[in-house]
Order: sequence, then C-alpha cells, then structure tokens
Amino acid sequence: MNRPLLLRGGRVIDPSRNLDEPADVLIQDGKIAAVGRGVGAPDGTDVRHVRDHIVAPGLVDVHVHLREPGNEDVETVATGARAAAAGGFTAVCAMPNTDPVTDNQAAVGFIVRQSVRAGLTRVYPIGAISVGQRGERLSEFGEMVGAGAVAVSDDGKPVVSSHLMRTALEYARTFDIPVADHCEEPTLAFGGVMHEGLVSARLGLKGIPSAAEEIMVARDAVLAGLTGGHVHLCHMSTRGSVEVIRRAKEQGIRVTAEVTPHHLVLTDRACERYDTHAKMNPPLREAADVAALRAALKEGVVDCIASDHAPHAYDAKEAAFDDAPFGIVGLETSFGVAYTELVVNGVLTLPELIHRMSAAPASVFGLPGGTLGQGAVADIVVLDITEPWTVDPTAFCSKSRNTPFAGRVLTGRATLTLVGGKIVHQIEAPVAR
Amino acid sequence: MTPVLGKDLVGLEHLTSEQIRLVLDTAEPFKEVSERPIKKVPALRGKTIVNLFFEASTRTRISFEFAEKRLSADTVNVAASGSSVQKGETLVDTARNLEAMRIDMVVIRHPSSGAAEFLARRIRSNVINAGDGKHEHPTQGLLDLLTIRDKHGKVSGLKVCLVGDVLHSRVARSNIWGLLKMGAEVGVCGPDTLMPRGIEELGVCRFRRIEEAIEWADVLNVLRLQLERMESGFIPSVREYYRVFGVTLERLEKAPRQLTIMHPGPMNRGVEIDSRVADGPHSVILDQVTNGVAVRMAVLYLLAGGRPELADAAKGPAGGGGGGSE
Repeated sequence: MNRPLLLRGGRVIDPSRNLDEPADVLIQDGKIAAVGRGVGAPDGTDVRHVRDHIVAPGLVDVHVHLREPGNEDVETVATGARAAAAGGFTAVCAMPNTDPVTDNQAAVGFIVRQSVRAGLTRVYPIGAISVGQRGERLSEFGEMVGAGAVAVSDDGKPVVSSHLMRTALEYARTFDIPVADHCEEPTLAFGGVMHEGLVSARLGLKGIPSAAEEIMVARDAVLAGLTGGHVHLCHMSTRGSVEVIRRAKEQGIRVTAEVTPHHLVLTDRACERYDTHAKMNPPLREAADVAALRAALKEGVVDCIASDHAPHAYDAKEAAFDDAPFGIVGLETSFGVAYTELVVNGVLTLPELIHRMSAAPASVFGLPGGTLGQGAVADIVVLDITEPWTVDPTAFCSKSRNTPFAGRVLTGRATLTLVGGKIVHQIEAPVAR
Repeated sequence: MTPVLGKDLVGLEHLTSEQIRLVLDTAEPFKEVSERPIKKVPALRGKTIVNLFFEASTRTRISFEFAEKRLSADTVNVAASGSSVQKGETLVDTARNLEAMRIDMVVIRHPSSGAAEFLARRIRSNVINAGDGKHEHPTQGLLDLLTIRDKHGKVSGLKVCLVGDVLHSRVARSNIWGLLKMGAEVGVCGPDTLMPRGIEELGVCRFRRIEEAIEWADVLNVLRLQLERMESGFIPSVREYYRVFGVTLERLEKAPRQLTIMHPGPMNRGVEIDSRVADGPHSVILDQVTNGVAVRMAVLYLLAGGRPELADAAKGPAGGGGGGSE
C-alpha cells in the first residue's frame, strides 16, 4: 500500500458534516484515518503543507460524455478521467450515448474496466433507458446495474414516449436507481439551434423555446409522482423548469435536478457572432433564467452542478452555426467557473458550492464519496482559491478543446486530487516546509 | 486609410446610418453607368471577385455579376452543385483555396445563418453577404432603401411595413435594421406563426391584420411566401393565406393614401401579391431590380477601398450625372 499522506494545515470544508475549519487530514490505506488539529504523522508519511488551500471531498460530476466506445478521437474513458482529475473530480458518471450505445451489461462492464485500467478518477457508467436509445423498449436495467451502472438515461435524446418513461421509472425502483432525462419536447425543439428569443430573431437562427424543456419537466414530474420512481432532470436551463421542480418537490415527488456551470453563467447573447462554442443543448437562455437557476441552486430546488462535458472535434465546431454539434467540454473549468462566478460574486458560499459539487450529486446518484468522515474512502480534492489562472484549452487533459471559456481568467482550481488515497492529479511539485 | 465600410459587408445591423447613407449616395452616380451604351467603367479593373453561391439564386447572382463586370472586375462564379463543396469540402477550405489563387473579394450566398460572418473572420479577402440563411441580405436592404428614397425623396419619417414571412426572411432583417437606422418607422404584418418571437423588441410595430397595416403604411414591402412553409405547417393553405394576408387591389383601394409597393422577388403572384398590384402604377418592383446593380456597384467600390467622393470620377471620362441625395 502507498505510504500515508498528511494534508497539513488546510481549511477543511466537509459540507456533509457541516465542517469548515483549519485541520489536518491523514490518509492511510486509501482511507481517511483522521481529521483534526495537530494530527500526528506516522513514520514515512508524505506530508503536504496545504496552508491557504481548501481541503474538500472530491468533486462528483453526474453528467459527462466520454465518447468511448465509438468516438475515441475526441475523448476516451482514460482521457476523460484525466481531465476529471485535473478538474478536481474524483467520480464522474458517463452517459451511455456511445457508439455502440451502452445499453447492456457487457457495454457497462467495458466502461468499468476502462476506468479501472486508467486508475484515475472513478468513472461510473450510466446505462441506456432503451435499447439503442431508440426509445422503444427497456434495456436490461438489472444486468446493467449488476455490471456497475449507477443510473439509466437516454441523454442526448429525450424519452419521447411517456409510456416508456413511466415504465422506466417503475422498473428502476427495483434497483433503486434514478432515471435521468434529457427534457426536450422534440416537435417544439425540431431544427432549433439556440434559445428562442430576441437574439435568435436577430441572428436568424431557429430557436428552441423554453416550453420544449418545461413540458417534459412537467411530464416527468407527473410520472415520477404516479410511479414513485426517482427522476433526475438533466441540465436544467429555464426559470419555468425551476418552478415546476419546486412544486414537485413540495409535493414530495422524487425529483432531483442538475444545472451546468455554463447555464449558470452565460446567456443566449454568447451566440452572437455565431460562436459555435456557445451552441449547446439545452441552449443558453436569458438573464432571468440564469438568475432563477442560481437561486434554485442556492435553495436546493436544483440539487447539484454537473458539467455535461461534451467533447467535440475542432473541425466539427469550426463550422457554420447550424452545422456545428451541440455541447462543450467542462470538466477542467467547472469548479473555476462556478467559484469565480458564484462564490466570488456572493451567490453561494464556498461550503455551499462544494456541497453542490460533491455530497449533493453523490447522494442523488447513490455514489460513495462526498464526505471526509473518518474511515471514508479518501476521495479528496485540494483547491487553490487565491491564485487566478487563465483558461488555456491547449493545456487541457481532455482530448477536446471546445469551450466558450478560453482566455477567461478564473479563480479556483484543483492543485491535488486523490482517489482512494492515490494522487491522480497535482499541479505543483510538493514543497517541504 | 481604413475603408469606410470596413473589410466586409455582412449585415446592416452593425452599420451606422452614416455608412448606409454613404452607400446610397455612392450608388447614385453608378446608376448612370448602366444607362450608357457601353456599360463599363474601370473602377475595379484588375480585381478578382468570386461569386460563391451555395444556394440557387438568379436575380442576386446576376445582379452582382453585372455590378462586378460594369466595374471591370474579373469574376468567377462557383455554384455549390458540381463543385468540390459537393465532395464534402468545408466552407472554409473552399474559401481558402480560392484565396490561395489570390482573389480580392468573395460574394457569398449560403443556406446557414452566419455563414458570411464565419467566412469573413477566416479569410483576408473582402466578404460580401449575398444572403445567409435567415439572417441578412444587406445589399437587398440597401437597394430597398435606395428605391424608397428615389420614390419618396427621403426615408426618414416614412412608415414601411414588411408583409408576410418575416420569420424565415433575411430580407426582412436587413430591411428592419436599415429602415430603423435611416429613421423610418417599421411595421411587420403576418400571422404569428411567421413572426420571430420578440420581434417588437427590435422597435417595430406589429400588425396581425393586413387591413390595419395598409391603413398605417406609406410603403408595403411584400415578402415572398416560400411554398414549403405550408408543408411545414406554418400556414394551413396558400389559398387562405391569400384571402387573409394577400396584398390585393381591393384592399389597397381602401387605403387612406397611395401606397408604394415593393417585393424582393421572386414573386408568387396570387399568393402574397395580386398581379394587378405588382404590375400597377405604384409598384416599384422593377426599380428595385435596377437599383440592385447600382447599390452592388457602390458596395463593391467602397469595400475595394474606393473613396466615396471620387465615385463620380471613378466612372471615367464618360462620367457625369448622378449625385442625388436626401
């Protein structure tokens, strides 16, 4: 086993236990052995002085696309896991819209093996709801869960059939997994490339109305109420969706929701000049939507932040707006964007942000991690929240560079990421003081 | 000296009223060139211009070609079908290959909104947007302004209503920006299914009934109703569209004043416009076509670095005439 590791003198923030204080964290045998002041270091301990840094539970991202199998040119499980580690994530959930679709136990097992082989950030597979994501018949949830799937989703595509969504919610109850839905009413969204509003009117681009999302959010909430199943709503983007979720939660319906950093920060105006790095689905909405999403995240109406990390080739995005694919990479900018825009600007406290990026998503998907409790697996991130850094896509660990945040100066980044006590990412050479 | 229009003409949204007025004023002396027996001046001699058309076009392409040739430029037409575009070459590769042959300007028509701007930011040549998707068609907007100014002696203060499919119309967007910048009041009229949401926020008046638009306006610019819109369910039938929104003689006869009738073409007679109106005494539809050549000559001349005050002289020894403005 690795030698023990002591993180000495950091500000330890563990929202799962309401902890925010200067403390040492000792990691032994891949687990958290002690958290407290003046923790002694056993012989041979690797001591890291992390004064002025934050020590927190490793971040968890329940929505990433790692493109393997099928599109390994833009990302693989290993490169995605490396990007995740660099972003401070210790666990990510990989969406099943691969080629072939991750819709059976063998495919799920492949993701698990690739994750283990990479030995970096944990990659948990999400299985497809329907065979081939064709929206027709259910995939074998039980076998996929047996092989390591933590949820099911047809993400990238909405579940169009309400009957299929209903049966998925019912069937998933046996395995106690969430059904994650990409909420988009396809006839309303058809052909749309950005938010429908004044900017789309000016640019002459076909819009996707907010109603396309809200109708499906409402449907899913009703079906979750009907079935008692757990629906998880992916990448919420509109203020109307927030209101539907709020009401559903008040009624005790098992609905959880995520929001991306970009939907918390950017508006449809980012599409001006036809910047394809602002093309994503759901589209960037209006300032009022951003404000509502921020408030919902603070209140917990929206449970967590997820990146919807969606790598695409340079050539694909280097195209006319209509022709470019949807999506941006996010793993290596999520925390920095969220810290800079939400914590520095006073929307969330730092413990609140860490909660929404660790314990909350882990709890939504029933994942281990998200805590620094003694005896817990040592999935830990050390964060620097003082030194500004500039987003340089050419330096990404991800194979893809498609980000609207290139050149932005951010504050907040992971300097050390531990998965099971093993260092999977570190920025500076350790300084022995 | 930086060229007065900048490097490219992508749309009217980002032009100033001074720049628009300059194009219109520069077009005036060029009108006369087309009236000569020898319709050619040397202003762009030695310049190479590529007309890159990814969408079928007759009127706009020919109008640009005449404008280029009457300025003595060397021109090449590239149509999407039969070219390397069909073989999967990307837009930017096509343009860069053309540029490698040392061209000076590209006139582009493309089905995707933003394609002209996309190209403009990636090549050194001047780019002129000849229509990009549903975004803008700036030379059409300019020639419409010139035609209105010819007919009414001014643009400012006039009430101009765009009738029909504003949602899918690049002509509409260029008209709205150009007219607003030049001080006109702008109306839009048509069913909500063919209007972009939030259009009022651009500063235009919204009419849902053609009778109200006719009562309000000095000028009607009747947009082409593309027949595929019916198949996509935006309107129930062409027949009903004509009955509800058609610009007919009967409707115009009830107007409190004589309306000027415009249409960017190609017309669907009996769909959006009554033939008696299109061919009537107040129609300036063919003047629009004539002005199209002069406006495009002005745009080409200015983008090539021509100085507006020398446009008259640029016409060469046979010059003269021209110069009218507001």
